[in-house]
Amino acid sequence: MAETRVEEKAEKKIRMLDIYIMGKHYEAPEGLTIQTALEHCGYNIVRGCGCRAGFCGACGTIYSFTHDPTISYALACQKEIEQNMVILQMPFFPSTEALYNLEDLEPKEGENKLLELYPDLLTCFGCNNCTKTCPQDLLVMDFVSDALRGDYEKVYEKSFDCVLCGLCAARCPQGIQPYNIALVARRLRGSYLTPAPQHNLDRVKEIEEGKFNAELEALKKSDEAELRRRYAEREIEPAL
Amino acid sequence: MAYPASMEESKRKVEDTRPRRLEKGPCARISEAEREDLVSKFHPDYRKEQFRELRLGPNKGCPAPLEIADVLEGNSRIDPDKVDIENIDYDVDVLIIGCGGAGGSAALLAEENGASVLIASKLRLGDANTIGAQAGTQGCDRANDSPIMHYLDIVGGGHFTNNPELAEALAKDSPDAIRWLESLGVNWDKEPDNSYHELSGGGASRRRMHSCRDYTGLEEMRVIRDEIRQRNWHGKKIDWLEFEPAIELLMDDKGQVAGAILMNLETKRMTIVRAKAVIMATGGLGRTHIQGFPTTNHYGATADGLVLAYRVGCRLVDIDTMQYHPTGAAFPPQVLGLLVTEKVRTLGAEIVNCDGEQFIHPLEARDTESSAEIRECKERGKGVATLTGEVGCWLDSPMIEIKRGEGTIRRELPAMVRQFSRFNIDITKEPMLVYPTLHYQNGGIMIRADASTPVPGLFAAGECEGGVHGRNRLIGNSTLDLFVFGRRAGRAAAKWVKEVKPGKLTLEHVRKWQRELKEAGLESMPVSPMLLPNYANQEKPVPGFQPLGQVSGYTPFGDRAVRWI
Repeated sequence: MAETRVEEKAEKKIRMLDIYIMGKHYEAPEGLTIQTALEHCGYNIVRGCGCRAGFCGACGTIYSFTHDPTISYALACQKEIEQNMVILQMPFFPSTEALYNLEDLEPKEGENKLLELYPDLLTCFGCNNCTKTCPQDLLVMDFVSDALRGDYEKVYEKSFDCVLCGLCAARCPQGIQPYNIALVARRLRGSYLTPAPQHNLDRVKEIEEGKFNAELEALKKSDEAELRRRYAEREIEPAL
Repeated sequence: MAYPASMEESKRKVEDTRPRRLEKGPCARISEAEREDLVSKFHPDYRKEQFRELRLGPNKGCPAPLEIADVLEGNSRIDPDKVDIENIDYDVDVLIIGCGGAGGSAALLAEENGASVLIASKLRLGDANTIGAQAGTQGCDRANDSPIMHYLDIVGGGHFTNNPELAEALAKDSPDAIRWLESLGVNWDKEPDNSYHELSGGGASRRRMHSCRDYTGLEEMRVIRDEIRQRNWHGKKIDWLEFEPAIELLMDDKGQVAGAILMNLETKRMTIVRAKAVIMATGGLGRTHIQGFPTTNHYGATADGLVLAYRVGCRLVDIDTMQYHPTGAAFPPQVLGLLVTEKVRTLGAEIVNCDGEQFIHPLEARDTESSAEIRECKERGKGVATLTGEVGCWLDSPMIEIKRGEGTIRRELPAMVRQFSRFNIDITKEPMLVYPTLHYQNGGIMIRADASTPVPGLFAAGECEGGVHGRNRLIGNSTLDLFVFGRRAGRAAAKWVKEVKPGKLTLEHVRKWQRELKEAGLESMPVSPMLLPNYANQEKPVPGFQPLGQVSGYTPFGDRAVRWI
């Protein structure tokens, strides 16, 4: 069981693992992520490091093993090193996003804006490399085919957790850019297909018309005792 | 299950107390007097030995955390006598330093208002704390809410130390910020009737937190970044430089800020930018690891904007107060200090001690919540120890599933589920171990309501400015701050460039700064801005080699991470 594994380690000496950073051999303690292992080995990272928490996609990394050439993918900040890992960080991939002006892109019945912008979508032959690559475990090929059908809602659903690391595009033999296509689909959904609700627009208008100005002015001028009283007395809406 | 046996016993107690906690509900909220007592005894801001008075500059005599005092009192990275500032590489209306949510929205608004814009980003466009913000953005747009209620929450949360004009701006602009983001293509979570799905948050009296699952900041940032790129490719006057942080501001002989010197982090070459206005949007300072705390912040959060603005004469406000997020991961060591979003508590998770007992209402303001955890662990000895010597409290996430039905966690918190499952912890069934982590700088560069600073030509927006939140910020108000003051800064800067009469470029302020350092006996201080932390193992360096970032005692792979193995 996992817990006994950890306890056993606590009693043992630190185990050093052999890793190969761009082919060059180093040793780093077990338990480090690829990112902290690079730092442990003396790298002062400039490119290929962002939020260090799995959100920004800056640290896309390709790895294999000296004994197993199968290529795998991970975010360096989220993946622990393993014995004989061969590591290449890929902080940038040259992909060209389609040009569009969101204001001119209102989706209309019978049109697929995604296909207009990314005609390469048609060339997908279903190798599924993109899905296998995704460090977020998204069903990339699935949303590529949703995009091909112009189903913005499904693309939004399936691609929402995308961190735009670009590894899917790097692995696509057809040069398709699933992450950029999904980004347009989501923007179209957000701006056109799910319009701002009335309660928000009403409040924006009320504020513009100055409805709250007098009371806010009075509040700003209140002394601390008065503010404290109002703060303490304010009614708190229960959590949902 | 990845918790070691030593933690399992306590974890079982958490499971055992669930039915009783469910029946009793969350423990009572504490009074304002109790809260102030708790915070003053246990919050890290009150550890006097961790602060010192600044010895020069606009805040001379004011306390600052030791780590921040060190960078504020740093030497310039340039020798003003050896830089040819007349050799200009870019000549623009508005230079924006930093490109998170604040810099990005400032860029869009400045461009829309007719200015030519250059963004200088230290890392990639959009690499910022914004992208890691999970919980949401406040906007007082429901029928039972108002800017009045929002204002009261902001100033109460901030212990009544906020700048009233800034707090007002934050509340008043919030519904429009939400609308604006949606118009650009941000996908807010919605109810079936198309109204926003809004949650409550610590210190908020109304449900007004708009979220995009638990990837809110990522969604906001990727949309804004894409819009910047698209406008650039359409030939609009908006451009950016990546991996080129500012290392010094330029001024002119009329005392106006007039551009900046950038450094290409890869080639180490300088870029001279002349600009009629500069917007500082450099974000936070978590990577200075104040008091040795781990941090939720991104790699470049090193207080650069504070340093640069300070040298041209900007006063800093509330710089002696930091926000320690009550739920930083305390286990496993690979994610130590990383953010566990407050949304977990918003959805119904409770914080409990080693016996599975609650000791604080889960939705108190963050300083209160953090102080209570520190008290529970350090004074009462009711924390849970890990094998790396960390200590923490349980954040009992499975309560969410019990209260709101199975599947809620996967739907609302996909990022958290993914984060912990990578280390074999299933947060739908197991609690997380948490402890306060350095999260946010409450204060910063002093600004007015239009985001201008007292130094002509310099504006500031986002985490690097101060006064908005007073001495404590509420959940969902930081991302809001980015868009409210980012947009205000963009507008105000575009207006300023139409009026300003630029003078002759000068680095006299740097000469003056270096003179004052010398007079104060501080000429041997390290250089700043820090730019990046240097986490590289410092074993056997080549003698005399100057590493790029600042080497600190904190190492993400050091004792903390290795001791347990």
